[in-house]
Amino acid sequence: MKQKLVVIGAGMASGRLLEHLFEDDPDAFDVTLFGAEPRGNYNRIMLSPVLAGEKTYEEIVTHDAAWYAGNGVHTRFGETITAIDRKSKVVLSRGGETPYDKLIIATGSAPFIIPIAGKELPGVMAFRDLDDVEAMVAAAGKPRAKAVVIGGGLLGLEAAAALRLRGMEVVVLHLMGHLMERQLDPAAGYLLQKELEGRGIKIHTKAQTKAILGHERVEAVALDDGTVYPADIVVMAVGIRPETRVATDAGLHVERGIVVSDQMVTSDPDILAVGECVEHERTVYGLVAPLYDMAKVAAKTLVKHDAAFRPVQTATQLKVTGVSLYSAGDFAEAEGREEIVLRDASSGVYKRLVLKDDKIVGAVLYGETGDGPWFFDMLRRGTDTRELRDTLIFGQAYQGGAQLDPMAAVAALPDEAEICGCNGVCKSKITSTITSKGLTTLDGVRAHTKASASCGTCTGLVEKLMVLTLGDSYNPAAIQPMCGCTDLGHDEVRRLIVAKELKSIPAVMQELEWKTSCGCAKCRPALNYYLVADWPGEYEDDGQSRFINERVHANIQKDGTYSVVPRMWGGMTNPRELRAIADVADKFHIPAVKVTGGQRIDLLGVKKEDLPGVWADLNAAGMVSGAAYAKGLRTVKTCVGSDWCRFGTQDSTGLGVRIEKFMWGAWTPAKVKMAVSGCPRNCAEATCKDVGVICVDSGYEIHFAGAAGLDIKGTEVLCHAKTEDEALEIIAALVQLYREQGRYLERIYKWAKRVGTDSIKANVVDDLEKRRHYFERFTYSQKFAQVDPWEERVNGKDAHEFEALAEFGMPVAAE
Amino acid sequence: MSNWIEIGRVSDIPRRGARCVNTPTGKIAIFRTAEDRIYAIENRCAHKGGPLSEGIVHGASVTCPLHNWVFDLESGQALGADEGQVKTFPVDVVDGRIFMAPDFMMEAAE
Ligand code: SRM
Ligand SMILES: Cc1cc2nc3c(=O)[nH]c(=O)nc-3n(C[C@H](O)[C@H](O)[C@H](O)COP(=O)(O)OP(=O)(O)OC[C@H]3O[C@@H](n4cnc5c(N)ncnc54)[C@H](O)[C@@H]3O)c2cc1C
Ligand code: SF4
Ligand code: FES
Repeated sequence: MKQKLVVIGAGMASGRLLEHLFEDDPDAFDVTLFGAEPRGNYNRIMLSPVLAGEKTYEEIVTHDAAWYAGNGVHTRFGETITAIDRKSKVVLSRGGETPYDKLIIATGSAPFIIPIAGKELPGVMAFRDLDDVEAMVAAAGKPRAKAVVIGGGLLGLEAAAALRLRGMEVVVLHLMGHLMERQLDPAAGYLLQKELEGRGIKIHTKAQTKAILGHERVEAVALDDGTVYPADIVVMAVGIRPETRVATDAGLHVERGIVVSDQMVTSDPDILAVGECVEHERTVYGLVAPLYDMAKVAAKTLVKHDAAFRPVQTATQLKVTGVSLYSAGDFAEAEGREEIVLRDASSGVYKRLVLKDDKIVGAVLYGETGDGPWFFDMLRRGTDTRELRDTLIFGQAYQGGAQLDPMAAVAALPDEAEICGCNGVCKSKITSTITSKGLTTLDGVRAHTKASASCGTCTGLVEKLMVLTLGDSYNPAAIQPMCGCTDLGHDEVRRLIVAKELKSIPAVMQELEWKTSCGCAKCRPALNYYLVADWPGEYEDDGQSRFINERVHANIQKDGTYSVVPRMWGGMTNPRELRAIADVADKFHIPAVKVTGGQRIDLLGVKKEDLPGVWADLNAAGMVSGAAYAKGLRTVKTCVGSDWCRFGTQDSTGLGVRIEKFMWGAWTPAKVKMAVSGCPRNCAEATCKDVGVICVDSGYEIHFAGAAGLDIKGTEVLCHAKTEDEALEIIAALVQLYREQGRYLERIYKWAKRVGTDSIKANVVDDLEKRRHYFERFTYSQKFAQVDPWEERVNGKDAHEFEALAEFGMPVAAE
Repeated sequence: MSNWIEIGRVSDIPRRGARCVNTPTGKIAIFRTAEDRIYAIENRCAHKGGPLSEGIVHGASVTCPLHNWVFDLESGQALGADEGQVKTFPVDVVDGRIFMAPDFMMEAAE
């Protein structure tokens, strides 16, 4: 007599299992197939094209009535198994008890519904089966219908793109900072977001969904940040959970999924499990390739052939027509791993391979994915890529042929080949101009040919032409790259940020073809500064690209505590402030209080978690951060001036306070320190500062470019100003020019030496219009900069910086 | 699988950042990379004890805030010319929740 095989779940894994079983031994079992859905096995993956209207349901059915009949499968569709009775070896359903000799659990996954208010309102749906698809298609029929998709992973984006194709207005809410973060690195996530936005899909990242609103049915979705999006339907695609309920109830070993052996056998020898509901070696799978392997192994186990399931690597592709994206393996950076990054900004291509011991361990491809399978094959086989290394990233087509020498490729270009697209400059124009004008620098070539003078993406080509024409006398390496992540120097990067309107770090890295995926501790703070300075009010500061001091607005000390320095405008203080400082030192047991070299008071040794408390008390007494940690305006030292001093010529204290109040909060390439002295005796030491003012009878002598730290250098005189107003305007214009031209960490005296005092004077002294222009830009940027960072944090900003993630109890004292 | 303890959620830690778990025997720094990998290492630099959780995170490494040593988060090894190693701890991430084995508390400051 045939053994009875019962299968729970008519999904992708069980369909494949039955095929293998009937191939291996068509007569071994009498099969009954239960499915909760009122239909048989179909290709669930293709629900996305069905939703998009590119395929019909009929086209994705994998097993039809004829197939079941031909193989003698009793189908019980629309019948959910509610329990397994392992003692009597029966399963329970609406139709009663069904006995088994062997049982297969293939229940797949259940969509995860985030537990928020309104989640049960009609109109809230998942994206898992044909019923969901039909509900979405019906909703899209209404003119100008709106959909909010929660979840910017594979499933959510496929749903969003499909609904958009059906004419809906679509918003995607994604908790993380970039789309598909499990498969994509931030660079590829940026490109994908740009593409989808181009199709009219609104993407809201870092979105914490607070509630789904509505009375009879869903009407809107509210976020923690206050945003509300109207919605006719809400699609939840935030993740899946292995569907293990019947297995758990039956007392099988279940962790995240139903635990199985290499033979797909559960903790009960008569029960096997396959598919997404399974956990094997602590891994659960959510893509079909490994599930098909499981199906094959389970079929073999049933007919008593040896087979073992081995964990496999999976590759992901997004099934959105017109988007090419491929991701496989593990693409995190780690020790011993190397990466090869290829970015082609003009065509939106990004490719990244991660190698370990010369073998590919991960790949992310965007824009051009033809080589995905080739890379993936090498990844799975562990192919040694040493031989291919130089041209690996260019793909299979380049292999085997002649070595791709970039220099030879440029040399081989015909004379009329266009090098600079922006200015329409061809190769021979550049080479002939270099020769006829005797040019030796890139700037010279730019000035005479305009090549590489606009967007700059052809700079590499132009430089190669210079090397070809000039030989060794041209050395492009003379430009010091910002760091190992790019060949571009600071100036080039700054110029391109403005010229190409790059407004985020991933945008800079993609468009300027960064060689690493997320930069390093050198370039990230620099880029963050450049973006802050160039796009006031638009760029959102990236705290994680700032040094710790600027992130927590205090100075880290050698023992991990912090020092706190409140502003004392122009070095002036009063009893109220001093009392508040004393009280705070007592209250928080601050071990040291010191007068700094910058005319203010330093509280040293503050515990990190006490910082918000210390600031709250200082704020209450009217004090704000002194930015003693900032690449920004630090102190404006003053002397007592005409208020008290018998030699004082002007109100140096008043001017110092005024400058500090006008300029605090401004971020600069490196720190900026100023001083105002009331007469040439110079008690405020103004002549060794970044900017100094010496008051004289006739007005104000403005100095700049001094140094008194690592280098000692007296200031240079910039100009003479007649009034305080004029002095302030010149100083602000000077600082703004420095903010726009300075390289990150370059103090004013070094910047002045590099660009030349004359060019600075021309901009902020001689040309009144230009001066006004820089002054206004500074003033505009201050609108966004003058927010006391302490107050913001007292009010809860970046709370995560000051609280532990978790606390575990102290052990009971031993005495 | 032993009895793992939930210490928080991935979303509680800023991307390319870190937060600490305080244990009776010392602090453990939990890092989250740009790609949402989670790593746990001892929060004491092998050089002069700098709090590594305060460093700049790039790739799967962190640069110490005190004197710029760089450590690999996976192995705890100092990279480049510097020599040293910090202790690493196993972590597991399930549905955005971070788990550690309870023995970590005992090991932290050994
Ligand atoms: C607190 C203070 C010393 C004091 O007790 O007086 C101090 C403390 C530090 N200085 Fe300073 N400098 C202090 C006045 C100065 C001065 C004098 C001045 O401002 O008039 C100078 C010379 C002027 C100058 O800046 O050129 C000075 C030149 C430096 C330098 C060398 C800068 C240079 O470019 O040459 C550094 C190193 C650096 O910035 O890279 C530095 C770096 C530091 C750091 C930030 C070291 C560090 O990275 O941790 C110290 C922070 C300790 C803390 O947490 O407070 N400090 N430092 C002074 C704070 C002034 C304030 O109220 O903000
Ligand atoms: C829209 C969409 C797109 C996808 N795209 C891809 C892709 O591009 N690439 C890829 O690799 N994967 C993709 N997937 C994932 C893939 O579809 C799943 O990995 C695969 O379907 C899982 O197969 P399974 O047999 O384990 O579960 P399922 O196919 O989900 O089948 C399980 C079946 O069991 C039924 N069931 C559950 N409990 C019971 C019970 N108690 N009694 C009776 N029946 C029960 C369920 O109703 C379901 O029909 C996609 C998934 C979706 C939803
Ligand atoms: S001179 Fe400045 S940097 Fe050096 S020890 Fe003193 S405070 Fe620190
Ligand atoms: S303490 Fe970390 S580098 Fe010195």
